[in-house]
Amino acid sequence: MRTRATRGVLLALLPSSVLAGCTGWQSAFDAQGASAISIKQLMVLMVVICSVVWALVIAVLIRALWRGREQVERSIGPDPVIERRTARVVVAAVTATVIVLAVFTVVSFFTTRALTLAGHDDLTIKVRGQQWWWGLEYLGPTPDERFETANEIHIPVGRNVRLQLEGIDVIHSLWVPGLAGKQDLIPGRRNELTLRAERPGAYRGQCSEFCGLQHAHMALLVIAEQQETFDQWMRSQRERATDPSDAEIAAGQQVFLSRPCAACHAIRGTSATGTNGPDLTHVGGRRYIAAGLLETTRGSLAAWISDPQTLKPGNNMPMVALSADELRSVSAYLASLK
Amino acid sequence: MRILLVSLGVAAATAGCQREERQLRVDPPVAAALDSITLMPNGISGAPPEIYFALDRPYETNAYNLSQGKRLYSWFGCKGCHADGQGGAGPAFLDGWWNYGPEIVSIFASIRDGRPHGMPAFRDKMTTEQIWQLAGYVQTIGAYSIKTAAPGRNDEKQTRPAENRGPAAKRFDEGPTPIHLDQGPVP
Ligand code: HEC
Ligand code: HEC
Ligand SMILES: [Cu+2]
Repeated sequence: MRTRATRGVLLALLPSSVLAGCTGWQSAFDAQGASAISIKQLMVLMVVICSVVWALVIAVLIRALWRGREQVERSIGPDPVIERRTARVVVAAVTATVIVLAVFTVVSFFTTRALTLAGHDDLTIKVRGQQWWWGLEYLGPTPDERFETANEIHIPVGRNVRLQLEGIDVIHSLWVPGLAGKQDLIPGRRNELTLRAERPGAYRGQCSEFCGLQHAHMALLVIAEQQETFDQWMRSQRERATDPSDAEIAAGQQVFLSRPCAACHAIRGTSATGTNGPDLTHVGGRRYIAAGLLETTRGSLAAWISDPQTLKPGNNMPMVALSADELRSVSAYLASLK
Repeated sequence: MRILLVSLGVAAATAGCQREERQLRVDPPVAAALDSITLMPNGISGAPPEIYFALDRPYETNAYNLSQGKRLYSWFGCKGCHADGQGGAGPAFLDGWWNYGPEIVSIFASIRDGRPHGMPAFRDKMTTEQIWQLAGYVQTIGAYSIKTAAPGRNDEKQTRPAENRGPAAKRFDEGPTPIHLDQGPVP
């Protein structure tokens, strides 16, 4: 008795746990961007029509199974009445199939057209997918307005933002289900994708083309905000890194600049100009580090720097041997870079 | 009898499934030990630390390390002076002629400590593990014999035979003569 009740509860929970994936900050059913909304509409239309077709086919099949045998037994030779009726049913079914397929073709053609949003604003972001993080370059109207960041795209609500997609090493694919469809990042080729968010919020995206060991930890965050907030963010991102405000932070800066860190990472306003790793000029102000792996805190920065290969095995940042004091000061320094 | 045959077949089929080990994380004490190479007084030739052999010469025989080395070769700007191995401001590696010896310790020392006639030291720019990976890869470029391990193929256009083909050095029979006295004997 107990077990049957448990099983019932489990069975009831199964669909709800499957459906639980349909909402949230990384879901194509929670569409908040123009492209994602048209994709969702197409998806719903197809599922509804296909469900109706499936139900009809199953109903006809069940009916046929039910009465097939007695029919065969009773009839001697073809019965013209039944023959005519069968022909009518077949013609109707073929016509319905053709109409449904034609409707699907036309509708998906128009959906695809809607995905290439017409009219770009002058906001263009270059996205460089590499193992296993996203390099971002905001291209401004003038060269001194461009700046680098990583793994966190900010966009203004209600504007069409153009992303130029490039793969650096292998093929990656950018997918922010709440805002738009997928687009591949292919080495040696430039693809484009337009993002448009209708409502402010944080939308999570992920690499959706298998790209090696840490593919699963290659997430990015799109933050859509009102124009004023966005402008303010953009202005602060263009700034050089803040100068150390106390002795420990200054010591941390010294560690960073004298160790291999500076060969891979850039911090604008210092002598660190490496481009092999993410730009760290404002790393303390980003929500996550290592492409969505850890929330940015001084502790998580220290954990990451002290042993990146245990936290994200195989990623391209090496473990640099640091003393406890050096680790403490360098994490204080990076956390201070808002 | 049939069970025996079937299990033998399954064993034979799965024997090929063993995959090369990837050492993703080197413990700090191991990294420190890997740094203590012994060099001859003139900085040419010498011996890797014992741990290098205990680990089974991972930077020469392991495809993952060679691939990492290949990535580091462009990440750290070696191409700027040595091109794809053809040389430029720095000597070529493709021809298999080494001014400071072909052993992996010599190459490791060239990268870590630099060389007097224009090769910068990378000691403060890379970790010991990375210098080893890079040394293994650079050695592959000028190797004379085929290795069983090779780095991944390029996506961009090749400017020379791929590393996973026969050794490129075979195509060259004459090497340059060293112009500096302290560069060691002609190989
Ligand atoms: C050989 C190049 C290299 C060196 C040297 C290096 N890093 Fe990194 N670093 C990377 C790469 C590549 C990533 C991205 C890893 C990922 O997310 O897969 C990274 C990520 C980071 C991040 C997270 C940034 C973000 O926004 O996700 C921090 C912080 C960081 N490194 C700090 C340091 C510090 C401090 C040092 C020196 C002790 C250092 N790195 C040395 C290559 C390097
Ligand atoms: C600024 C230019 C420059 C850069 C960058 C550079 N090299 Fe060199 N390299 C040289 C020169 C010049 C020499 C010859 C030095 C000598 O003969 O004393 C050399 C010599 C060498 C040698 C010794 C070759 C031999 O015949 O024994 C190796 C190995 C080497 N470089 C590897 C590298 C690697 C790996 C990198 C990338 C991390 C690199 N180099 C980056 C200029 C450079
Ligand atoms: Cu991926």
